[in-house]
Amino acid sequence: MHAGLSIGLPLANARAICPELTVFDADEAADRKTLEDIADWCDRFTPLVALDPPYGLYLDITGCAHLFGGERALLQIVCGALTRRGFAVSAGIASTSVCARTLTRHVSGKIIAEGEEAAAVAPLPVSALGAGEAITTGLRRAGLKTIGDVAARAPHEITARFGADFTTLLAQALGEGDAPISPRKPLPDYIVEKRFPEPVATDTVIAMNLSALAAMLVTAMDRQGKGARRLDASFFRTDGAVRTISVDTGRPVTKPEVIDRLFRERLDALNDPLDPGFGFDLIRLSAGRTEIVVQQQRDLDANVHDNDELAALIDRIAARIGGKRVVVHLPQDTHIPERAVMAVAAQYHLAAAAQAAWPERIESEPPLRPLRLFDRPEPINVPFATVPDGPPHQFTWRRVTHAVVRVEGPERIAMEWWKQNGCGPTRDYFRIEDEAGLRFWIFRDGLYESELADAEREPAPVRWFVHGLFA
Amino acid sequence: MSTARTRTLANLRGRIERIETHGDTPDLNKVALGHAAADATLHGGLALAAVHEVFAEGHQSASATGFVAGLAGRVSPRRPLVWVRQDFSEIESGALSLSGLCELGLDPRLLVTVRAPDTDAALQTAADALACDALGAVVLEVWGQARQLDLVASRKLTLAAAASGVTALLLRMAAEPRPSTAETRWIVRAAHSPPSAPWTAWGAPVFDAQLVRHRHGPVGRWIMEWNCDECLFSEPASYPQPLAATPAHRPHQAQAFGQQRRAG
Repeated sequence: MHAGLSIGLPLANARAICPELTVFDADEAADRKTLEDIADWCDRFTPLVALDPPYGLYLDITGCAHLFGGERALLQIVCGALTRRGFAVSAGIASTSVCARTLTRHVSGKIIAEGEEAAAVAPLPVSALGAGEAITTGLRRAGLKTIGDVAARAPHEITARFGADFTTLLAQALGEGDAPISPRKPLPDYIVEKRFPEPVATDTVIAMNLSALAAMLVTAMDRQGKGARRLDASFFRTDGAVRTISVDTGRPVTKPEVIDRLFRERLDALNDPLDPGFGFDLIRLSAGRTEIVVQQQRDLDANVHDNDELAALIDRIAARIGGKRVVVHLPQDTHIPERAVMAVAAQYHLAAAAQAAWPERIESEPPLRPLRLFDRPEPINVPFATVPDGPPHQFTWRRVTHAVVRVEGPERIAMEWWKQNGCGPTRDYFRIEDEAGLRFWIFRDGLYESELADAEREPAPVRWFVHGLFA
Repeated sequence: MSTARTRTLANLRGRIERIETHGDTPDLNKVALGHAAADATLHGGLALAAVHEVFAEGHQSASATGFVAGLAGRVSPRRPLVWVRQDFSEIESGALSLSGLCELGLDPRLLVTVRAPDTDAALQTAADALACDALGAVVLEVWGQARQLDLVASRKLTLAAAASGVTALLLRMAAEPRPSTAETRWIVRAAHSPPSAPWTAWGAPVFDAQLVRHRHGPVGRWIMEWNCDECLFSEPASYPQPLAATPAHRPHQAQAFGQQRRAG
């Protein structure tokens, strides 16, 4: 800048001005990451932050500015903090997003009151609109150098030459209509936060503040009879890094000590622990998803109380090792053994699982399904072919040979041919007991040659698998 | 609700439940297995609110699982069961099949499965679950000789179980018994189906259950059959009983045991 370089200057010219110039390739992914990080940092000012790639950010500060001492002060805080970190910042505040963006392309630090947009943007060059190379060049060739010049023409002329999109953009820049921004994160239902003039770094202080925030959040939710299903704790570090930790619950949480305990479990189990660095200067707790809680009179009914305790236990375990690892099971309407039961997250399906209708077992019949089922059937080695369609006399599984003493079968299970991915070979299952009393559920994948109706087709090789183990 | 009150309530609830299910149980802190000889040795049945260990060799995992499922079914027929399983054991011996559990006569709706990534997480989860008195039993399934499951861990589980009244069942596969504070320790193997014509199919699960440690009484070894209809253990019909105890850790035990049975 001091040498007279400017953005958009050709490289050859820049080299001519400043021969010792170091040149790098643009790294778009890194730029994007940096922009995201800055956007994370900007979350401290407003929950509504939108990206404007490649190098812009929108902050919707409606109703937030007074918390930072007014718009002027807020602008100074944002610009000051980013400049100190070595970024070149151009910021502005206006009542429409396009107007603000147009301003920042040319000047920094302007605040435009409502109704003054047209006057503010009129003297700016048309390139500030950011409408694309073709349109900008076209406007300049037509002799329209400033936005004011373009606005002075009749809209239908502009539309005929440059398209309706450009007219809309122009109208928005002039404050005659607003383009909505698309925030990066959904707006949480409730937010409580605590700012620290002196950054906090020790675990105990952080935990204490989190408890205080939990109490505040519960008070806020309680007024409207809500309970949280998803909680996010955001830790804003003084150096700008932001860490967000989320906890899901199976039931709406209405007690601060429960929130406190869930976060304690979660923080203890983090793979990369919370790194306070030079300390956190802002801790925020938000309820991302809430539900209405029906306050009910509790009696001493054992079941209600037990279910509550079980749900709380599941939440705690899920907070520590992950919600997908705590499962309940739902029966499925299929006869394929490995798909007959679906494991679903216990947090969300506890009630459904408690009322699931399982197939009735047949009285006085030995178990027909194994107690342990292999996720992937394990191939076994059947040394010699026996009677076609018959069970093996011995087989080798995991390097141990088992001699078959008792057999029951076959139970033929055909794959679901009416489904796209269900047309594997038909299986013949045998229940087998070996000489040591171990009981296996083995199957032959595919049919013997003689059974195939279509003789011309190449018969698939017959393979044997062990699919499960009986008790 | 305060812990003391919760505990009192849990105790009362458990007592009512046990009176409702089988009114003639003399000891309220025991649950009868159904196998007369075993119940006599155990002074009335399996102690509740304690830790019980079931060991099995790697290839006997399904039998041990069946035995533990049976114990869990006896201990808490109507209350939730938390089954904590280490990921590795699922690879080694297959996942617990709910259809199979259903076939044993147990209620799959009461089961909550926790798939712990490692032994530490499994142990911590089990300890957590044991503190929750809404449960009937907690099963901790660990594969291999886990260093973490030492005397201290065992003591913690015992204390947690005693405080909440929840029974802990440790399913240890491919592991050597180590000192612990467990109330009972079992070694379970699969047993032959009762001798009958070779072309008839096998029946209910049969276990060769060896009680190798009992804090408050003698030990023994029995052949137990799980009765899927009535959900209890029983003596299999036409099976030689009782069985002479064989020394532990004898090589080729399965074969030796087989011959012995035929001789008896």
